[in-house]
Amino acid sequence: MVMPTARYIAHDKLMPWLLGLAEGRRVLAPVREGGKTLFLPLREDSRLDLRGLADDSAKAALLPRCEPLLEFHYAKTAGVPSRTTLEVREILPGQETFLFGVRPCDARGFTVFDRVYDAGTRRDIYYCSRRDKTLVAAIACADPAETCFCNRVGGDPGGSDGADLLFTPVEGGFTVEAVTERGGAFLREQALEEADGKAEEAREVREAVRRAMPEGPSLDGAPDEVLRLFDDGAFWESVAAKCLSCGVCSYLCPTCYCFNMTDESNGNDGVRVRTWDNCMSFQFTLEGSGHNPRNGKAQRMRNRIGHKFSYYPKLHDGNLACVGCGRCIANCPASMDVRAIVIQARSRVLDKEEYANE
Amino acid sequence: MSDSYRSNLYLPDMATIQEVIEETQNIKTFRVTLNNPDAMRSFRFEPGQVGQLSVFGVGESTFVINSPPSRMDYLQFSVMRVGELTERLHKLRPGDQIGVRAPLGNCFPYKAMKGKDIVFVGGGIGMAPLRTLLLYMLDNREDYGKITLLYGARSPSDMAFSYELPDWLGRPDMTTELTVDNGAPGWERHIGLIPNVLKEMAPSSKDAFAVTCGPPIMIRFTIEALHSLGFEDDRIITTLEKRMKCGVGICGRCNIGTKYVCKDGPVFTNAQLRRQPNEM
Ligand SMILES: Cc1cc2nc3c(=O)[nH]c(=O)nc-3n(C[C@H](O)[C@H](O)[C@H](O)COP(=O)(O)OP(=O)(O)OC[C@H]3O[C@@H](n4cnc5c(N)ncnc54)[C@H](O)[C@@H]3O)c2cc1C
Ligand code: FES
Repeated sequence: MVMPTARYIAHDKLMPWLLGLAEGRRVLAPVREGGKTLFLPLREDSRLDLRGLADDSAKAALLPRCEPLLEFHYAKTAGVPSRTTLEVREILPGQETFLFGVRPCDARGFTVFDRVYDAGTRRDIYYCSRRDKTLVAAIACADPAETCFCNRVGGDPGGSDGADLLFTPVEGGFTVEAVTERGGAFLREQALEEADGKAEEAREVREAVRRAMPEGPSLDGAPDEVLRLFDDGAFWESVAAKCLSCGVCSYLCPTCYCFNMTDESNGNDGVRVRTWDNCMSFQFTLEGSGHNPRNGKAQRMRNRIGHKFSYYPKLHDGNLACVGCGRCIANCPASMDVRAIVIQARSRVLDKEEYANE
Repeated sequence: MSDSYRSNLYLPDMATIQEVIEETQNIKTFRVTLNNPDAMRSFRFEPGQVGQLSVFGVGESTFVINSPPSRMDYLQFSVMRVGELTERLHKLRPGDQIGVRAPLGNCFPYKAMKGKDIVFVGGGIGMAPLRTLLLYMLDNREDYGKITLLYGARSPSDMAFSYELPDWLGRPDMTTELTVDNGAPGWERHIGLIPNVLKEMAPSSKDAFAVTCGPPIMIRFTIEALHSLGFEDDRIITTLEKRMKCGVGICGRCNIGTKYVCKDGPVFTNAQLRRQPNEM
């Protein structure tokens, strides 16, 4: 399919356009509410906030914090009161969604989910049907924060991985470009003006932000270092010492996808729900016997770092399970910094090897 | 295996408990059939695969299908009471409805084991996964060499499958030894820890596979004992337990390094485990 040419939308047209879209579907956008910027359903009185990275990642659009998977109902059998019958039904999600205003890091986070939730014959239909029904519109960054490091984990502040449309801030508004075929099909139906010369300006904006990113060594290519440090208890103890196991890092992370499933019942009726889980919690791996393979927070931190920078990349063609949004750094009550941990792990391995070679 | 994934990974098949057997004071065995006769008829699995059993309103937990694929009248699960779900399962009676998501996970390499001697070492509820493979091999007896079983439990009354033990002890085509940590009046078999009894029995490791399952500490010392008897790591097979939820490699909690016990396991050779980080 030939992609439609780039379009342009002026700042003052954006909100009316989005509200128009919201008539036929759910529009999620970064909205200022209660002192935070969160992805919420857009309403006429919403205060759209496109200044930078939202406080929350947009992952709840595809993997809600809490979602019902099944519902069940127990009933007495007529005539045989000692017998109960049981009915179980799946609850499938079905809402068309336009997810507007995610940053390239968050959009790329969806590709981390896709590899796990949409893996060939093993498809999670809840995730996949949300993904199929959600059009993702990313906005290229213009003003990276100090905690941003997408450029160090293989990302791009002007990138469009995981998105269907890419908006780029230009003088007076945004250019809009289609990334995927369905993004193209959508764009063709919109009455938006042609971008003309603004497309070139957009390219320059994206080039400029690439140059403006804070610099630092790449965090790619650490899989083996992290593994070689596996049995170095002292290292993980020192790295995890400050951690409170509160889990804010996983809840805000656009790539953390682990979940729990629990039943909630009310009399004869109930639902099986899935909820976000947090690998830094003691209960995450606690077994019925009382045995816990990750008893201490050092072991849990080792798995957290290991999963993002070693295990996941080994399983998925070198792609890290970190997109460099920096929310875990900006929001950690104990000021942990995942970048520093990976760098420390690497230099620890180098030190050891030098020592061994002497 | 991969093409047997259901379209909704989390939707169980409804099943009926046909029979409940009280094995020990804390283990019960459930024989269940799927309610949909077509689903039951077309149900296929391989020895070592597991299922997620649902008690709706309480949740789901993982149990190995311990009947062999060569006997398909029902699927058998033996459940040790340890917590919330297992407690509720123990209250169920014949006729009660549960959910089953099965088969999940990989299986014992029973094809590669053909023609070899087999040494089974089971501790406590760890006998359950061995039972499926043992019965499968007894049902295909000519395919396998010498079969030796060492089964241990805390005390004589903690031995599950007691109704089968006389057959296993009496069969001319297998060698069975039983051991308990604490004896009791009338107990005439071994008293002692499984790894020590195993070393006394000293089964030959030549052309042999060892299969072991039990509590983590028992597995560790049993593997040491097997090494001392000359078993190589790729001939020592074990089946692991990790807390599970999804059972299909998505929810992210059952990994050891890059391997997910639910999807890549629960069956591993010790050689495979040694290539993963040591996180038991
Ligand atoms: C591959 C595999 C095969 C197993 N086969 C058997 C078997 O044949 N017979 C048997 O008695 N037990 C078996 N287990 C262990 C069994 O799954 C747990 O004892 C059971 O989940 C405990 O549930 P609970 O709700 O009673 O315990 P609680 O402590 O109340 O558990 C709460 C939740 O934690 C999880 N959980 C706790 N312990 C474990 C555990 N060890 N493994 C997995 N999830 C756990 C479950 O999701 C459970 O719902 C097996 C486990 C695995 C992983
Ligand atoms: S149980 Fe969910 S990943 Fe293994």
